[in-house]
Amino acid sequence: MRELLTMFGSFFKIGLFTFGGGYAMVPIIQREVIERRGWIDREEFIELLTLAQSAPGPIALNTSVFVGYKMRGYAGALAALLGVVVPAFTVILIVAIYFAQFRENIYVNAAFKGMRPAVVALIVAPVISLSKGMGAWKYLIAALTAVVVWYGGLSPIWLIVVAAVAGVLIELYNGHKHVER
Amino acid sequence: MIYLQLFLSYLKIGFFGFGGGYAMLSLIQNEVVMQRGWITASQFSDIVAISQMTPGPIAINSATYIGYTVAGFWGSVVATLAVSLPAMTLMILITRFYLQLRSNRFVASAMATMRPVVIGMIGAAALLLIFPHQNDDPNFIDAWSWVLFGATLIASVRKVNPILLIVLSAVAGVVIYA
Repeated sequence: MRELLTMFGSFFKIGLFTFGGGYAMVPIIQREVIERRGWIDREEFIELLTLAQSAPGPIALNTSVFVGYKMRGYAGALAALLGVVVPAFTVILIVAIYFAQFRENIYVNAAFKGMRPAVVALIVAPVISLSKGMGAWKYLIAALTAVVVWYGGLSPIWLIVVAAVAGVLIELYNGHKHVER
Repeated sequence: MIYLQLFLSYLKIGFFGFGGGYAMLSLIQNEVVMQRGWITASQFSDIVAISQMTPGPIAINSATYIGYTVAGFWGSVVATLAVSLPAMTLMILITRFYLQLRSNRFVASAMATMRPVVIGMIGAAALLLIFPHQNDDPNFIDAWSWVLFGATLIASVRKVNPILLIVLSAVAGVVIYA
């Protein structure tokens, strides 16, 4: 029980002090979980991190679940997950409750007019960094996805499913060629 | 029934949220703004801005905020729970089977083909915020909007802290518009 509480406490701290989400949390998780607590070794952490990034869901959440599960099974996973979720939930709930009262204030309103285009820029930036070094046809797929989802209003879920199936089919085809040779 | 709708919507967002926070924005936007019409495009960008300034993953923050906006306290609980459930169950499975998964060539190939789609999804989220569909209040209201967008983009690509950029843009907003 004490170990579960420590785990909850550690992830609570991680959840409370990481702003900007996802990737910003990784170095903090690393410091707390590997260097300070020694719960998991570095190699294993990096391997699982790759999987946490390819699995659906927020990276910080995925990382907390695997560390918790590795340590103490289902109870550990739950303790670590709650640790990350509770501070995020509480802070944003307080903001949501009180934000409406300040929303019409002229200064708040003006601040948000300035923040909106900046937020869009923060979303565009990872597109640039992630697409570095991609082949031409991958650019085409990315561009088509963007247009179909934005302009056509298609749910991105369908495209994810199609892409995953295509990946499996390509590999089946490649494997088949391999056998023939 | 609003709770059930919130639960199903966020379960879907959690389950298909490949690529982390920013890629999930496109799913959230499609579900919450376009299909359900629970919030407007500019409310959505306000929530993203608030999420950047508060601790925790964007997906959790937006689930809590939108859940609260749509259905009060229990709405926020339901949405947050729903978005966390897939991550919890899938990551436990992955942790158990990770050695097999890692070396599975079908998994690797599916991940590789999904990557450009995920990048495109992030692009779609941005495009929809720049050019919203009709009857939605715009995020870009004048030339200043584009100046702030360009400056933030350059700074962000050069790895300037995003929270600092949000704070600076808020200050610029007050100076320009108040």
